[in-house]
Amino acid sequence: MTILVEVGYLVATVSFLGGLKFMSSPKRAKLGNAIAASGMILAVICTFLMVLSGTVPTPNLIVLLVAIFGGTLLGQRMAAKVEMTAMPQLVSLFNATGGGCAMLLGVIEASQLATDTSLSGTKILLLLGLITGAIAATGSVVAYRKLAGKTNDNRKAIVVVGARILLSLTVLLPTAYFVGIIPVPFAVFAYAMAVLSLGYGILFVLPIGGADMPVVISLLNSITGIATAFAGFVYGNKAMIAGGIFVGAAGILLTLLMCKAMNRSLVKVLAGKFKKSSGTEVEEEQHIKSISLSEIAMQLSFAHKIAIVPGYGLAVAQAQHLCGQLLQLLEAKGVAIDFIIHPVAGRMPGHMNVLLAEANIDYGHLKEMNEVNEQMSHYDMILIIGANDVVNPAAETKPESPVYGMPIIKAHESKQVVVMKRSMSPGYAGVSNDLFGMDNCSLLFGDAKDSLQEIINQLKLI
Amino acid sequence: MEFIQTNLELIYFIIFCVFIGIEIIANVPAILHTPLMSGANAISGVIMIGAILMLMQIPPTNYVLLGVGGIAVFLGALNISGGFFVTGRMLKMFKTKK
Repeated sequence: MTILVEVGYLVATVSFLGGLKFMSSPKRAKLGNAIAASGMILAVICTFLMVLSGTVPTPNLIVLLVAIFGGTLLGQRMAAKVEMTAMPQLVSLFNATGGGCAMLLGVIEASQLATDTSLSGTKILLLLGLITGAIAATGSVVAYRKLAGKTNDNRKAIVVVGARILLSLTVLLPTAYFVGIIPVPFAVFAYAMAVLSLGYGILFVLPIGGADMPVVISLLNSITGIATAFAGFVYGNKAMIAGGIFVGAAGILLTLLMCKAMNRSLVKVLAGKFKKSSGTEVEEEQHIKSISLSEIAMQLSFAHKIAIVPGYGLAVAQAQHLCGQLLQLLEAKGVAIDFIIHPVAGRMPGHMNVLLAEANIDYGHLKEMNEVNEQMSHYDMILIIGANDVVNPAAETKPESPVYGMPIIKAHESKQVVVMKRSMSPGYAGVSNDLFGMDNCSLLFGDAKDSLQEIINQLKLI
Repeated sequence: MEFIQTNLELIYFIIFCVFIGIEIIANVPAILHTPLMSGANAISGVIMIGAILMLMQIPPTNYVLLGVGGIAVFLGALNISGGFFVTGRMLKMFKTKK
C-alpha cells in the first residue's frame, strides 16, 4: 500500500511539472492545466488511501468529506461566475485561502506537538510555514479589497512604522525563542506568532499603490508556495514540497519580471515609494493637437498596418469587446492590426491578454513589447487607449524623469500616434508625457468606449 | 546539524526543485502570465494534503480543533478547485484560427 501511495505522489509531482511546462504555449496550455489538475486529484486520492489504511474516527471523516465537498463546490461556483476584469481579485482571494490553510495547519500541528520530544528543526519549519501562511492570507485579503476598490492606499506613518516593527518582531521573536530566552510552551508561542504575522500581512500590503498590484499579487502567490513547501517538509511529503517550490519559483520570477518592467526595485514597491525627480523639473510648454473621430476613421480605413496599445484604462472603460469589433472590421478591409501589450498593463501579470482573449481576439494579434519595438516605423497608426506611462519617450531621453529607464513601447517611432484620453491628467507615475507634444501625435479626448463605438460606426459607413 | 543530517535527502530534493521550477517557468510567454499564476495558485493548494493528514490525527472528541481543521481542509479544497476551474476557463478563451 505504501508503495502505491509513494508512486502516486511521484506521478502527481511530475504532473505538476509537466502541467507548468505545457503552460508555456497557448496551444498546449489547456492540456497543461488538465494534467496538473489530474495530478492534484491523484495526490488527494493517494492521501485518502494512506489515511484509510489506518483506523479513522468517524467524526473526523465526516468533517473531512464535508469540507472537501463544500470547498470544491464553492470554488467551482466562484470560478464560473467571475468577470474577467475581476480576475486579479479572485486570484488574490484563492491565494488567501491557500495561505489560510497553511496557517491553520501550523497552528493545529503546534497545539498537537508533544513539546519536549520533537526536534527543534520540525518546530522551526512549523513556525516558518505558519508565519508565511499567515502573511499570505491577510496580505491577499487586503490585496483583494484594494483591487475590488473596497480599501484605499494607506501610507500613514503609523502603518509603515507598524509594518516594520511587526516584521522585525516576526524575525526576532522566533530567534529569541529557539535560543531559549522566551520560556513559554511552544503552542502558546505559535499562537502569538500567528496573530503577529496576520497583523503584518495587513500592514504590509496597505501602503502599496494600485498600479503596483501586479508585483504584490505575484509576491503573495510566491509566499503561499513557500508556506506549502515548509509544511511539506514537516510531513516529509515530496508532492507538497515540489508543488510549493514550483509555485514559489513562479511567483518570484513574475515578481522580478514585473519590477523590471516598471523599472522599480522590489524594496521601493514594497515601501510604496516613488523615485523623486531629481533637480528642478522644467515644465515645457507642450503643443497639443487634437484629432476628430472622422479623421481617425478615415485614416484607419486607408492604413495598411496599425496597432493598438491598450492600458488599464481600456479595461476600466470595458472597451475590450469594442476592440474585438474594430479588429474584425479592419481585417475585413484588409488592414493588418496588432495589439502591443506592455508587461504591466492591467492589474496582474498578463491580465490584458486575458481581457482581449475574452473579446474573441485571436492571440496571434497579441504582441509583446520586445517583439515589435524595432519595427515601429511599419505602423501607419498606433492607437493608444488608456495607457500613458508605458509609452512616455521620457523614459529613454530624460535621465531626470521619474520614469527614466523603464522599458517602453516606442509608439512615438511610428508614422502617427493617436492617444485616447479622458483628460490631460498625468498617468500613475504623475509625470507629464512627452509623447503628447510630438509632431506625429494627436489626442482624442473622451471616454474610450464611446470614442471606439463612434469610430466603429463611422468605419461601417466608409 | 543533526536535523540536516537526518533530512539530507529532502534538502537535496528541495534544491533540485528550485532550479527545475525556475527553468520551466522562465519560458512562459507574457500572454500566458495570468493563467500561469492562477494555475500555480491552484497547485499551491496541494497544502490540502497536509490538512487532511492533520485532520485525521485530531482526537475526535476535540470539537474545536476538529472545526478548525475542517476549515483548513475547506480552504485548501476551495483553492484547488477554484484555481483549476478558473484557469481552465481563461485558457478556453485563447483561440487562434491557425
